[in-house]
Amino acid sequence: MYFGRVSGTVVATIKHEAFHGQKLLLVDQLDLAGEPTGHYDICVDVVQAGVGDQVLVIDEGNGARQILKREIAPVRAVIVGIVDDIDLST
Amino acid sequence: MQLARVMGTVVATTHYQGLDGVKFLIVQPLSKNRQTKGKPVVAADATAQAGPGELVFIVGSREAAQAMPIPFVPVDHAIVGIVDDVET
Repeated sequence: MYFGRVSGTVVATIKHEAFHGQKLLLVDQLDLAGEPTGHYDICVDVVQAGVGDQVLVIDEGNGARQILKREIAPVRAVIVGIVDDIDLST
Repeated sequence: MQLARVMGTVVATTHYQGLDGVKFLIVQPLSKNRQTKGKPVVAADATAQAGPGELVFIVGSREAAQAMPIPFVPVDHAIVGIVDDVET
């Protein structure tokens, strides 16, 4: 999983049926200092995140399918949390 | 899942048996600002409706094959949506 910042929304009418009814958000990956790494993902959102939110993203198929309750789905990136706070002790 | 632009089509008459009827397109992965990012790849079109010039979104690795009618096929990138709009 990685930290990200929601930077936009993606609208797609024609899409694989696994994405029907799902909200798609553009998420910039962040490093631990909160700076963008340059990587991004189009993510399915299951936690009602919005633009500007710092989020937790899982980019792995098995986890994504489990969340979407499907045995087969061409989905990888899913927003699974909205981050309130990160405490780095070192 | 990433944005990509369809650049062209691929015809391969001889192919693995599970790939009958699967349309292959050449796509250029893009940054979120729609700038070229990395090298073009061949992607299977799971929407069956994408065409050259269109902005699409793709999924990579094993999940790509799961977009196909037969989910255990040798496909490593698939077009899973045609993008109407990106609002940033």
